[in-house]
Amino acid sequence: MGEFKVHRVRFFNYVPSGIRCVAYNNQSNRLAVSRTDGTVEVYNLSANYFQEKFFPGHESRATEALCWAEGQRLFSAGLNGEIMEYDLQALNIKYAVDVFGGPIWSMAVSPSGSQLLVGCEDGSVKLFQITPDKIQFERNFDRQKSRILSLSWHPSGTHIAAGSIDYISVFDVKSGSAIHKMIVDRQHMGVSKRKCIVWGVAFLSDGTVISVDSAGKVQFWDSATGTLVKSHLIANADVQSIAVAEQEDSFVVGTAEGTVFHFQLVPVTSNSSEKQWVRTKPFQHHTHDVRTVAHSPTALISGGTDTHLVIRPLMEKVEVKNYDAALRKITFPHRRLISCSKKRQLLLFQFAHHLELWRLGSTVATGKNGDTLPLSKNADHLLHLKTKGPENIICSCISPCGSWIAYSTVSRFFLYRLNYEHDNISLKRVSKMPPFLRCALQILFSEDSTKLFVASNQGALHIVQLSGGSFKHLHAFQPQSGTVEAMCLLAVSSDGNWLAASGTSAGVHVYNVKQLKLHCTVPAYNFPVTAMAIAPNTNNLVIAHSDQQVFEYSIPDKQYTDWSRTVQKQGFHHLWLQRDTPITHISFHPKRPMHILLHDAYMFCIIDKSLPLPNDKTLLYNPFPPTNESDVVRRRTAHAFKISKIYKVKHLVLLFWIVGSFVISKCNKLHNWKIRAPSVSMQRTWIVGNKSPF
Amino acid sequence: LNFRRAVFSADSKYIFCVSGDFVKVYSTVTEECVHILHGHRNLVTGIQLNPNNHLQLYSSSLDGTIKLWDYIDGILIKTFTVGCKLHALFTVAQAEDSVFAIVNKEKPDIFQLVSVKLPKSSSQEVEAKELSFVLDYINQSPKCIAFGNEGVYVAAVREFYLSVYFFKKKTTSRFTLSSSRNKKHAKNNFTCVACHPTEDCIASGHMDGKIRLWRNFYDDKKYTYTCLHWHHDMVMDLAFSVTGTSLLSGGRESVLVEWRDATEKNKEFLPRLGATIEHISVSPAGDLFCTSHSDNKIIIIHRNLEASAVIQGLVKDRSIFTGLMIDPRTKALVLNGKPGHLQFYSLQSDKQLYNLDIIQQEYINDYGLIQIELTKAAFGCFGNWLATVEQRQEKETELELQMKLWMYNKKTQGFILNTKINMPHEDCITALCFCNAEKSEQPTLVTASKDGYFKVWILTDDSDIYKKAVGWTCDFVGSYHKYQATNCCFSEDGSLLAVSFEEIVTIWDSITWELKCTFCQRAGKIRHLCFGRLTCSKYLLGATENGILCCWNLLSCALEWNAKLNVRVMEPDPNSENIAAISQSSVGSDLFVFKPSEPRPLYIQKGISREEVQWGVFVPRDVPESFTSEAYQWLNRSQFYFLTKSQSLLTFSTKSPEEKLTPTSKQLLAEESLPTTPFYFILGKHRQLQDEKLNETLENELVQLPLTENIPAVSELLHTPAHVLPSAAFLCSMFVNSLLLSKETKSAKEIPEDVDMEEEKESEDSDEENDFIEKVQDTNNTGLGEDIIHQLSKSEEKELRKFRKIDYSWIAAL
Repeated sequence: MGEFKVHRVRFFNYVPSGIRCVAYNNQSNRLAVSRTDGTVEVYNLSANYFQEKFFPGHESRATEALCWAEGQRLFSAGLNGEIMEYDLQALNIKYAVDVFGGPIWSMAVSPSGSQLLVGCEDGSVKLFQITPDKIQFERNFDRQKSRILSLSWHPSGTHIAAGSIDYISVFDVKSGSAIHKMIVDRQHMGVSKRKCIVWGVAFLSDGTVISVDSAGKVQFWDSATGTLVKSHLIANADVQSIAVAEQEDSFVVGTAEGTVFHFQLVPVTSNSSEKQWVRTKPFQHHTHDVRTVAHSPTALISGGTDTHLVIRPLMEKVEVKNYDAALRKITFPHRRLISCSKKRQLLLFQFAHHLELWRLGSTVATGKNGDTLPLSKNADHLLHLKTKGPENIICSCISPCGSWIAYSTVSRFFLYRLNYEHDNISLKRVSKMPPFLRCALQILFSEDSTKLFVASNQGALHIVQLSGGSFKHLHAFQPQSGTVEAMCLLAVSSDGNWLAASGTSAGVHVYNVKQLKLHCTVPAYNFPVTAMAIAPNTNNLVIAHSDQQVFEYSIPDKQYTDWSRTVQKQGFHHLWLQRDTPITHISFHPKRPMHILLHDAYMFCIIDKSLPLPNDKTLLYNPFPPTNESDVVRRRTAHAFKISKIYKVKHLVLLFWIVGSFVISKCNKLHNWKIRAPSVSMQRTWIVGNKSPF
Repeated sequence: LNFRRAVFSADSKYIFCVSGDFVKVYSTVTEECVHILHGHRNLVTGIQLNPNNHLQLYSSSLDGTIKLWDYIDGILIKTFTVGCKLHALFTVAQAEDSVFAIVNKEKPDIFQLVSVKLPKSSSQEVEAKELSFVLDYINQSPKCIAFGNEGVYVAAVREFYLSVYFFKKKTTSRFTLSSSRNKKHAKNNFTCVACHPTEDCIASGHMDGKIRLWRNFYDDKKYTYTCLHWHHDMVMDLAFSVTGTSLLSGGRESVLVEWRDATEKNKEFLPRLGATIEHISVSPAGDLFCTSHSDNKIIIIHRNLEASAVIQGLVKDRSIFTGLMIDPRTKALVLNGKPGHLQFYSLQSDKQLYNLDIIQQEYINDYGLIQIELTKAAFGCFGNWLATVEQRQEKETELELQMKLWMYNKKTQGFILNTKINMPHEDCITALCFCNAEKSEQPTLVTASKDGYFKVWILTDDSDIYKKAVGWTCDFVGSYHKYQATNCCFSEDGSLLAVSFEEIVTIWDSITWELKCTFCQRAGKIRHLCFGRLTCSKYLLGATENGILCCWNLLSCALEWNAKLNVRVMEPDPNSENIAAISQSSVGSDLFVFKPSEPRPLYIQKGISREEVQWGVFVPRDVPESFTSEAYQWLNRSQFYFLTKSQSLLTFSTKSPEEKLTPTSKQLLAEESLPTTPFYFILGKHRQLQDEKLNETLENELVQLPLTENIPAVSELLHTPAHVLPSAAFLCSMFVNSLLLSKETKSAKEIPEDVDMEEEKESEDSDEENDFIEKVQDTNNTGLGEDIIHQLSKSEEKELRKFRKIDYSWIAAL
């Protein structure tokens, strides 16, 4: 007889959208990624590739170019003809400037970082000056006949290369006139194509222009004479992107066949100074078009329509072979997309433009540990809630009692009241939201569903009292003076007294909800918080960071607990620290206060605080200790980390407690790219405790 | 021809290739063999042009010498004795007075690359003992070593390693393909390596068909490589063009791939080269490539990837099902050639005449595929007709069988398919024979099959209103008690057909197809069956699997005689009554030549080959010769060729006037003289010894056996235990006898030194004599029922003398 049941949820068909552009920032070691739905995500490569920030997408904003300027400022340009700057603190769009040149296809920032160049549909190249708080149009370059698809600055900032359809132009920045026009051969494998699109150009400091085009060629041009120097035919399909390393000794191109090719500048012979560009390694990590590539000092970064962001380290540039040097493939957002109503066994799934409400299936059968139980009642799709307008949903939540649903887009906040009458559900929107509740970054209901906590993008935390069909604004915690940092993670204690909020960089603030004041601040840590939760009864705050550290902080005592200090003293197992993906959710066993449950994308783990910690010599992953061994042996081998990969879950999105049973939700849409998998829910039994399967 | 990479001369006029103990010089234009450079006493393992003199050629051999040749005149200039077995040879233009060779010194499987300093000396024989070690633990094959960038570095590959040794820095960098051992099915093993002539770029071929181009290999960390992948199977060889702009690769696909600018997309193919490409080489002038193939062929290819010439040796990379046959028209030897082909090979000119495509299907070269095999072939009616049988059997019950009949066309001088018969029998065809009687007006063919039937096929008129044509149809089906038909044979005049059904021989009248009589010996299944010829045509011979040779008299329908002889090959001479039989025993194969009329062999030769002889054939001579000696009379009108299991073609010969004129021993040698048997060696030497014009160098050349081959013969000669020797008195008289005889026969021809040496080595002589007697006694034991020892005719004694002489000089050579 198992101790709890596991729901296996396979009906969350979440599809991330394809990656359109990536921009690497060398100063802060951050990576900005824009997706085809307009979402922009910022990854911190130093913090274990954690997705720190995200800007929700918009249907009308197709981002075509993304770049960092003046250090930390992020700009994007898209087919709506606007340049936008993102506020990385408040996590919203600072402003948008229409360039009046039709859709923008390309954008490049000058080597000094003070000028921005955009290439437009009408063939114009426009130069913008970046001022401290805005951008200022400076002038137009000579207008070309067709759209400018790619732009690149000469490292000295005196010339630019612009790729268009069938030709590449070289401009003099001072005069703004085209010096050379280099016609690209349309021939593709002996067949003349209709036109040859220059998807990317790169201007090197020695005057070489490298172009990639739709005929599958990588070509080297001499910009001084405007002549073709060398041509590499590398693909049967388009070569869509190029990125050059800062030292200009290697570059990377991505093709529509899903292959990424690495080119290196190597000396012709050992004792001569003559060097040549040589195609070296191909990497096939993508299944579809590689729309964009980036070249960090130690890695090749590529993204494409198959939605994967692949970070491939360059072995020869890596000093020590540690886990940072491993290949990373990031597909799913490091955010919570599912919320759960424990009382009514409901799941709310958040998609880009709609929400889905499902009721879990149930079973009456019982079985042994590990059995698959038949469903007596299938999972029900209760509700499909579409948003109005073109904006993507930022966050959503369902109350534990199941009678409230809240979600937010960039401009509006929605609150719904659900009424259950047997099998019928009626939905009623709570109108007249207060003006300050316009855009929420995170929404959370208290355990008794009477309070709603909203983290707004202005840095404020709002507490709303819910009663019956109405609501009342109770209080707003304003951010500390001077900072406008947005809070993006919330946790509330089960008794409703404590509220923990974490921003993108600074520490975690704990508020006393009863007294409506700041209780304490957990000391800041170098790495961002990936998940946090407050344990029932003890009111210990458990925080997971992107470097895989887990802390436990006692809110009443305002200090780290003893267990947390022991853990820090002894250190985590090296295999634990080498895991790829951040912990995305933390939960607790209601009956076993010593257990902490956490999961990342591939596994979930129960930390039993009563057991000794594993050291580097013990086996971290020991899912099934042999049952025939004596209890003594088992007790000796047992350690605090009980890790299960039993479900072979590829993309574990959420794990929740529902009165004695688990919910494991995984996203399987990616594996059924074409065939829609039937929605199946299965239940299993397990035994934990002394006869733990872990 | 395909043992090592072929080498072009500097002007691309000649191409050199190793062939056993010889180096052959071919013209690239006419495909003619210009010279054969002989002098090595063991397998030639490497040839290279002298980088300092383009008219000279270095060659290395397992006998531990490096020889320098003038290839235009075909003369040996110098011999450098190194002293250890040389497995490959390399020359580098920059290292003027030294060459590189692969040797194995200590353990048999550890090979080293050493640099051999060649001392400057005017004498012909120079000792070159100054070896300096370069690289250790390398692969034996010279394909795994390449010198790059004008001798600045050398790259060697072995298993998963690429080692690069820099001569200036004297350092070795080693690169490992790490992923190879992790994955189960990644076959990343290196197979070959080549270096770019001008840039620092190393190309390596791999087991999984990939080609990797390594660059930046001075730095252990910053090295980088590119993959080129087209081959689906192992890359056999790689070569850069002279300018380095293109890379050539080849493998089992029999396609030569040219990679231009080392880019994956820019490649050219030369497909259908016939067989696996073993080696690729490029001429120094850059205008020609050549590929060596597994079927003993060299194709010379122009720069624009057009094959311009083919140098074809005897195709020998597959098993021979058809046996040896003689085309009555061209007198060419006919046997299985390329897959699905019959090759016509001229023994006189030692080259392939042509290939006949029998199966006429594209050959897909891959492991695990069961191919259609050409299993039987027979000529009929003086070469007018050719019958072939092909079969493919995937499972026990799925047999695909096809018989084709080809007619000789005078206009095209070739065979044209006339009739194709699908499934002529229900089961495998075991024998095929034409009725070759001169008077027969109707061509007749008999097939015997395992399904228990034999079928008679005759040529009939197949004309219709559109054209006149002839075709073959089945005329008669015969069987005998549902036994499997194993052999069939027509008598010489075509009046009788003998078909063997397992243990029983049946005789059929070929006009009425009536069963005339049966012979049954109950001595095992009949393996061979043949009628006697000419005066002995009343006899029928059959050899059984239990090792009994029977001779039946057809007039009396009774057994004439039988002998216990385990016959492997039985072949009648078409021009005489003689029949040659090769028997197999544990020590080797023995040849017996006899006439069916008398149970006494004409000629016995023991130990012709240590391995099993598979096929034999009599090749009629163009001009009959007259050997006075009784022992060689059987060779007067035909020559006997036989093929051993390791596919070496060997023959018997004696002195002959015309051969004296030919400078080479070509006719005697099969062109791949790989494992030459002691017998061949003895005979060949014998012949040469008779040759007066042999000078000292040629004398050396005679001893061209691999040392390993020598050992059994030596031991046989020297290690005969004393207690089995006949009495000393017997030996003595014998020996004296022989001495007397030799005096008589020795005319002015014999070189006096020989006699001197004979006397010096008397003791050894006697040993050999004993040995010979031993042999003769052995034949006694074979159960022929003959007491040959008392019949040592004079001629045999003469033979004995010759043997003795040969033997001792040969020992002297040791």
